[in-house]
Amino acid sequence: MTSADGAGMPLLRIGALTKRFGGFTALDNVSVDIPSGERFGLIGPNGSGKTTLIHCISGAFRTEAGTVVFRGEDITRLPPYLRTRRGIARSFQIPRPFKSMTVVENLMVALDFATAADDLLSSAQRRDAAMSILTRMGLESKADVSTTRLSQVELRKMELARAMATRPKLLISDEAMAGLSHSEVDEVLDLLMSLAGQDMTIIMIEHIMQAVMRFSQRVMCLDAGRIIAIGAPAEVMADQRVQEAYLGT
Amino acid sequence: MSRSSLPFWIGVALFLVAAAGMTQVIVNEYPFFAAYGILQFVVLAVAWSILGGYAGYVNFGTSAFFGVGVYTAVFLTKAIGVPLAVQIAAAAIIGAFLGFAVGLLTLRMQGIFFSIATIAMTIIIETSVTNWRFVGGAAGIQLQRPPVMPPFGSYMQMLFFVQALLAVLAIAVARYIQGSWIGRGLQALKDDELAAECSGVPTLRLKLMACVISGALMCAAGAPAAMYLQYADPSSAFNLNYSVSVLAMSLIGGTAHWAGPVLGAILLGATQQALAVTISSEVNVLVLGVMLVLFVVAAPEGLIGLIRRGVGRRKGDKA
Repeated sequence: MTSADGAGMPLLRIGALTKRFGGFTALDNVSVDIPSGERFGLIGPNGSGKTTLIHCISGAFRTEAGTVVFRGEDITRLPPYLRTRRGIARSFQIPRPFKSMTVVENLMVALDFATAADDLLSSAQRRDAAMSILTRMGLESKADVSTTRLSQVELRKMELARAMATRPKLLISDEAMAGLSHSEVDEVLDLLMSLAGQDMTIIMIEHIMQAVMRFSQRVMCLDAGRIIAIGAPAEVMADQRVQEAYLGT
Repeated sequence: MSRSSLPFWIGVALFLVAAAGMTQVIVNEYPFFAAYGILQFVVLAVAWSILGGYAGYVNFGTSAFFGVGVYTAVFLTKAIGVPLAVQIAAAAIIGAFLGFAVGLLTLRMQGIFFSIATIAMTIIIETSVTNWRFVGGAAGIQLQRPPVMPPFGSYMQMLFFVQALLAVLAIAVARYIQGSWIGRGLQALKDDELAAECSGVPTLRLKLMACVISGALMCAAGAPAAMYLQYADPSSAFNLNYSVSVLAMSLIGGTAHWAGPVLGAILLGATQQALAVTISSEVNVLVLGVMLVLFVVAAPEGLIGLIRRGVGRRKGDKA
């Protein structure tokens, strides 16, 4: 394991996080450390709290208890845009493009607002940066197309591209492969694999098990808001409780 | 943006020169009276579209802002008798605070709920003013126009020119916002607020800015209305017709570009004036309603949308 900035701190430390909706506890005392550079798989049956956890990390939800520490800084109370600027980017389970804009304009929003990097000062530089991300994602031919004309897989890629445009340290992919065909799943998976690296930690939420197994160095399984297993992919899959959660008893 | 700035500012200069020229050449009061009404709607519609068009928050409280502007002027005139410029500046400041309060509403309310809350705000403020004796209460208050300063021949001419300046200010502000990072951020949050936040857009701050600017301009537009009519009463100053007209003007003009509400306000404002003279002022509302329905069905993006489609088609033909 490698440590991020600070003395031995993981990139992301979630400490005893609890999120309630009225009387319903969506996340119950969840704690996990994610070191820098890890490819982390997050699984669990529908309604187990995966997306809630992502909302809590990205700031869309306020939590009732617990802390989110990112690169040594407590970000539990920060609004989403400040978390984005600190390096947390995400895609959405149901794609949320800026519908009135073209693909490249979607990326420009992220480049305009999320980063203040030295190489992105002029709008020409930002446009170049957007185009190079689109090229990497295989979307360069769609740059000037309205997002309303994209196919499902293109939308998924556009969301990942927009997230990448914020120059994240941590990328959270929320079911980026849902509803895609076999070949498209492989395409997006290859893309995510190519994005991951020492400076790019990725949390992947996914229901497609082959994808999770191939992608993840470590897998965590949630059920009813609690962690029921965490560890190497094969171990987690073999876990009795995980199988019960998925198949029922 | 700078490449298209020169024609814009030349247009502004020509407009102001023409407006100033009118005050020196035309003696009849009526053209100024009518043009003032249209310009007032230009300011209101442009200001409305900063929040309603760019940010997508439909504000039904235009009449609240307008009325607060009117009564700021009434209060200042009665209490200390300050000049018009001070009345307008004070109205703008109060409008900014009121806008900030409305902006805080956007924290918890979106869509129809936000719109309803702004109507409620209108009613609350109107009721308060109705029960405020000092400014005349429900019966309203008569106001005496102060003597006019040269170079203007009459107070009406001066009011007309002041409203022309406010229109230019509102348009310049809206145009700046549209082309700046504020406009791009507002467009993103209009499309999807959470996705905008997660792309680094400070949505709350931008919404507050839009509300403050929009509110300040609307209140400023209302301030001269007290002296325009030489009379103010709560039920006309806070009349819901302002909210509906301004919304219709913005939507009919198109909210994607600053020129949309300008076109809409000129078109509908002029139609209203013409109808008021030829038939009756009550027909306004009917015509407004019919036009709004027609545009919503046939041209949902307004005149601006129609123009863009026309230009696009011509380009397509050439290619």
